[in-house]
Amino acid sequence: MTVTVYVPRDTTALALGADRVAIRLQRGAKARDVEINLVRNGSRGLFYLEPLIEIDTPEGRVAFGPVTPGDVDALLEAGLLEGRQDHPLALGLTEEIAYLKRQQRLTFSRIGITDPVSIEDYTALRGFEGLKKTLALDSQAVVDEVKTSGLRGRGGAAFPTGIKWQTVHDQPPGQKYVVCNADEGDSGTFADRLVMECDPYMLIEGMTIAGLAVGADQGYIYLRSEYPLAHAILDEAIERAVAAGYLGDNILDSGRAFHLEVRLGAGAYICGEETSLLESLEGKRGLVRAKPPLPAIEGLFGRPTVVNNVLSLAAVPFILDQGGQTYADYGLGRSRGTLAIQLAGNVRCGGLVELAFGTNLRELMEGFGGGTLSGRPLKAVQVGGPLGAYLPESQWDHPVDYEGFAAFGGVVGHGGVVMFDDTVDMGDQARFAMEFCSVESCGKCTPCRIGAVRGVEVIDRIRAGESFDKNLALLTDLCDTMVDGSLCAMGGMTPFPVQSVMQHFPDDLTPRQAVTAGGTTC
Amino acid sequence: MSQTPSPVADAWTPAQIQAVIDAHRERPGAMLPTLHALQDRFGFIPEAAVPMIADALRHTRAEVHGIISFYHHFRTHPAGRNVVQICRAEACQSVGSRQLEAHAKKALGIDYHQTTPDHELTLEPVYCLGNCACGPSIRVNDDVYGRMTPERFDQLTDELSATVVEVK
Repeated sequence: MTVTVYVPRDTTALALGADRVAIRLQRGAKARDVEINLVRNGSRGLFYLEPLIEIDTPEGRVAFGPVTPGDVDALLEAGLLEGRQDHPLALGLTEEIAYLKRQQRLTFSRIGITDPVSIEDYTALRGFEGLKKTLALDSQAVVDEVKTSGLRGRGGAAFPTGIKWQTVHDQPPGQKYVVCNADEGDSGTFADRLVMECDPYMLIEGMTIAGLAVGADQGYIYLRSEYPLAHAILDEAIERAVAAGYLGDNILDSGRAFHLEVRLGAGAYICGEETSLLESLEGKRGLVRAKPPLPAIEGLFGRPTVVNNVLSLAAVPFILDQGGQTYADYGLGRSRGTLAIQLAGNVRCGGLVELAFGTNLRELMEGFGGGTLSGRPLKAVQVGGPLGAYLPESQWDHPVDYEGFAAFGGVVGHGGVVMFDDTVDMGDQARFAMEFCSVESCGKCTPCRIGAVRGVEVIDRIRAGESFDKNLALLTDLCDTMVDGSLCAMGGMTPFPVQSVMQHFPDDLTPRQAVTAGGTTC
Repeated sequence: MSQTPSPVADAWTPAQIQAVIDAHRERPGAMLPTLHALQDRFGFIPEAAVPMIADALRHTRAEVHGIISFYHHFRTHPAGRNVVQICRAEACQSVGSRQLEAHAKKALGIDYHQTTPDHELTLEPVYCLGNCACGPSIRVNDDVYGRMTPERFDQLTDELSATVVEVK
């Protein structure tokens, strides 16, 4: 009998040795004369258990993890291929793992289950059903369905996706574009990567639906160059989708066309800003454009363009398949549907947690994350990427939703949650926020370009104890100038982490020499 | 895992550069695909390519230079045989990347954007490899490694220097 064994092949599983685990498994099975069908699936997003290998059994898939190459022989000895659960790394049925079972996976319903590039696997789990329904609807009905869902841009700005689509839809006929922002540059985020590496057809389907809805026949995925594996998988998936008639001049014999191409970025964080991204796609320096005009009216090559984040587009197939109302039934207030939370940094159980909006941070970091990896007390958490505020413990009980977070100066952003233990020096973190901006600023507007450099300098002076009070006042003023005067969110939000350190962790900004010497501050 | 060292430097001719440019020049927004193709082919973007790109894509040489220098990914000089990137972003900082980068610079005797004298390794910073739950992360050519420690870093760089193409 052939045993089916799953060894994930996303970036994290590979970074932890999944390829070598797979090779050891093949060798071990051969030595035991057992035939195995080795499937390189995507990751379930339970990164603390990677490499997480699974075996098909009559009861369902059973899991083992985290498996190092050195564990493989002992696992085989303990009856891995018979699905026996005697080894200490045995985790039981995958679907029953509490971390996974407690989630509400609407967008990420297939990741880790399927072979990412298998169209058969995708369609077996309702893949392309949303596209089929779209082809039977007129374009306004498709836009209306997305509006009903209440979906808001998952890239960070949270603009209603349906309204953006309506604007492009309402432009006169002619060349229009769908651009997927896959420049996932925020530290602590990997949900876009998981979509592209583990369920690429979902993104392809979402973009095709967007194209049909707004009247665009060309799509581009602007992918960051730091994701070479996602690039390879997307290219393969697009090629297969074209061959199978899901993309191209005649989608599923409907007579309607949509073409899709991956374009690589080149290591510029700012190109995650949509107008900078469009400049880059056009082949220019990624300088931010002033808005208006909105990209929906004058976007790529001056034509009406939908620019959506990977996760926004990935939510669309579910919405068209199951109905916008079904999606909207999840969530809280004006934040409808689910949010892909990414637990990262100093976390014991890091990974992807997809839940309806409304869970609080403490539950996520402790209930799911299991506290810090180091075992030390949590000190701060940065939500929403490098431009998000550092939140102290007093803010961990707020429910995670766009309005709720905005009310206290927090940013949900792309859903990244980066945890820090009590060894972190928040002064270093504040300085890094400014340093990062000075490296990544596009340079178009002065508050961001000059402000970030001056920010690093003034923080250094504060920490050296040089005119402490005066320089602290100067930093406050500088932050206000950047927030109010910058052209885009890069300069406009870089002060958020800095201000949060000033407000909640002021002791970490006091002169270091005085503190280490045990003396009083100046 | 496979190691894909950078292509051998200096191996270019104007005709080869022109062939790469010609393969991409008709695409909409051809600049970035062209620059990527040149760097993938030659390991860097030779200075001689700048006027040729400018001519083909109807830009000034200054504009082409401005575009190349805007993007961190593009290089105008050959890199070492292996490019090692260390993630400097917050998630990796929270699990010790600052110590890792200090160690790496000391162990290799070079700073960021520099190459070891034997041309084996080029060290670069990177801001996020998307492996944020299992940091600190580094990338060696196209492979990402998680949970990196100074000891494992030394082991890995020793292996890179010791073998031409590593097969595990």
